[in-house]
Amino acid sequence: MTDQAYNFAYLDEQTKRMIRRAILKGLAVPGYQVPFASREMPMPYGWGTGGVQVTAACLTPEDVLKVIDQGADDTTNAVSIRKFFQRTAGVRVTESTGEASVIQTRHRIPEAPLREGQILVYQVPIPEPLRFLEPREAETRKMHELEEYGLMHVKLYEDIARHGEIATSYAYPVKVEGRYVMDPSPIPKFDNPKLGDCPAIQLFGAGREQRIYAVPPYTQVVSLDFDDHPFVASKAPHDCDLCGADESYLDEVIIDDAGGRMFVCSDTDFCAGRQAAGHRGRLSPAEVV
Amino acid sequence: MGVVEADMRAALDQPLLSVTGLTKRYGARIGCSDVSFDLFPGEVMGIVGESGSGKSTLLSCLAGHLVPDEGQVTYSGRDVLAMAETERRRLSRTEWAYVHQNPRDGLRMGVSAGGNVGERLMAVGARHYGEIRGAAADWLGRVEIAADRIDDRPSAFSGGMQQRLQIARNLVTGPRLVFMDEPTGGLDVSVQARLLDLLRGLVRDMGLSVIIVTHDLAVVRLLADRLMVMKGGRVVEQGLTDQVLDDPQDAYTQLLVSSVLQV
Ligand SMILES: Nc1ncnc2c1ncn2[C@@H]1O[C@H](COP(=O)(O)OP(=O)(O)O)[C@@H](O)[C@H]1O
Ligand SMILES: [Mg+2]
Ligand SMILES: [Zn+2]
Repeated sequence: MTDQAYNFAYLDEQTKRMIRRAILKGLAVPGYQVPFASREMPMPYGWGTGGVQVTAACLTPEDVLKVIDQGADDTTNAVSIRKFFQRTAGVRVTESTGEASVIQTRHRIPEAPLREGQILVYQVPIPEPLRFLEPREAETRKMHELEEYGLMHVKLYEDIARHGEIATSYAYPVKVEGRYVMDPSPIPKFDNPKLGDCPAIQLFGAGREQRIYAVPPYTQVVSLDFDDHPFVASKAPHDCDLCGADESYLDEVIIDDAGGRMFVCSDTDFCAGRQAAGHRGRLSPAEVV
Repeated sequence: MGVVEADMRAALDQPLLSVTGLTKRYGARIGCSDVSFDLFPGEVMGIVGESGSGKSTLLSCLAGHLVPDEGQVTYSGRDVLAMAETERRRLSRTEWAYVHQNPRDGLRMGVSAGGNVGERLMAVGARHYGEIRGAAADWLGRVEIAADRIDDRPSAFSGGMQQRLQIARNLVTGPRLVFMDEPTGGLDVSVQARLLDLLRGLVRDMGLSVIIVTHDLAVVRLLADRLMVMKGGRVVEQGLTDQVLDDPQDAYTQLLVSSVLQV
């Protein structure tokens, strides 16, 4: 049931049009941060208000929505955003990546390959990849305009000088379509290769910072690196203890006071699907015959 | 003389930087007024004058940090003021360098010494970590900073070391033209002397063209081939350094040289 006190998907039509214009501009200039007038949403900034506004502007009554937080559909954050759109838009919701037409995410790209027609909406805390070394907004804007991206490599240089390797493992900077350097939001660098040549539309919303940017389908996205320290999409060197998957991104979970640990897929839908299909891991329950 | 040699000779006879009628006002106040000069390849020109005489304003206009109200600046045959900003900023990362009086203005204080030196290399496309680090280590050595400080941040350095680091960071891409605004200002006298020796060696070895602003006549005597004396935003005298210092023509310069004026 839709809550009649609100317009469809909470935002008024004029606001949605404004956000859609920003999204279209972002799609036309891949990786470019488009300013937009972020609205107050009935949730705190840390809860992904940028992503929520982008999702609100994209949703139609026919859409099927999936919301994940660190790959999981059942965290407080994911549940409350999903409920929010059930209540304000009345759309169908799902936990299945394949069934969803719109997926709002925090910190992950689903393991299942995305397809044409799907929209992946990222929640972004800090959209500006140059921010940490150049705090002046006017200067970072100029750097983007003039393609002065040497500073990004200074950050990677500092990483190697300090840790012996590029230690950046989240929000790993990328260059989009050979032009704009972009922060892919705090996804693990394991997910970076999925950003490029993706059939789905990828939209990024930063609420507090009032920026929207986008990667249209089948766009080239390259992770920055050095010739002698090439980018590696690393993950924990284990298989999932529940489904046995050897190429999914894993969370490490402490399972007892003795320091026992297990590794499980961070993408809960992916893991559940594999288990349902009979795949088994090291700690799967004994088979009932 | 062959055609090629003739061309080379002609190129050497061309000024590297040519300035005509440069004027910058701050509202009604004059920053600098009607400044003209030529700087030839390999030449070091000193600009002296009391505080407020327009030295920094002039230097900032030349380096493109300020837009002058009138005048022309030609670098290597190119009209600097008509240049697209992209091109000018590229010049300032490659063929030009700017050494600030306060090293904090010219360094990234949150980045290691090696990263500070390497930044210009990365800005022009260097993508091999080992080579960048090697070049940074080499340059730290050239400015007499111990190799084991390469991963330290400049905030852990003394004022003199910070200034030497700023110089290394600027010279690593082998610029042709270096702007320096009071590079020895704010340093102890003994530290100044060491920095001056170092600068003199680098200028000679790299064949740099330099415009150096200072209020210290000892600095220009040591470094500058030519000297320009400014007062109230205007150039009151210019010529070969020894000539100007030993036989000043302008009354103000005479006062300056006789140390009657404390500048
Ligand atoms: N940003 C500014 N705004 C207004 N006046 C300025 C500014 N910068 C410099 N001036 C004035 O311009 C004149 C020249 O200053 P400056 O170029 O800094 O001289 P110098 O470097 O020789 O000390 C002085 O009268 C100074 O007060
Ligand atoms: Mg000054
Ligand atoms: Zn699994």
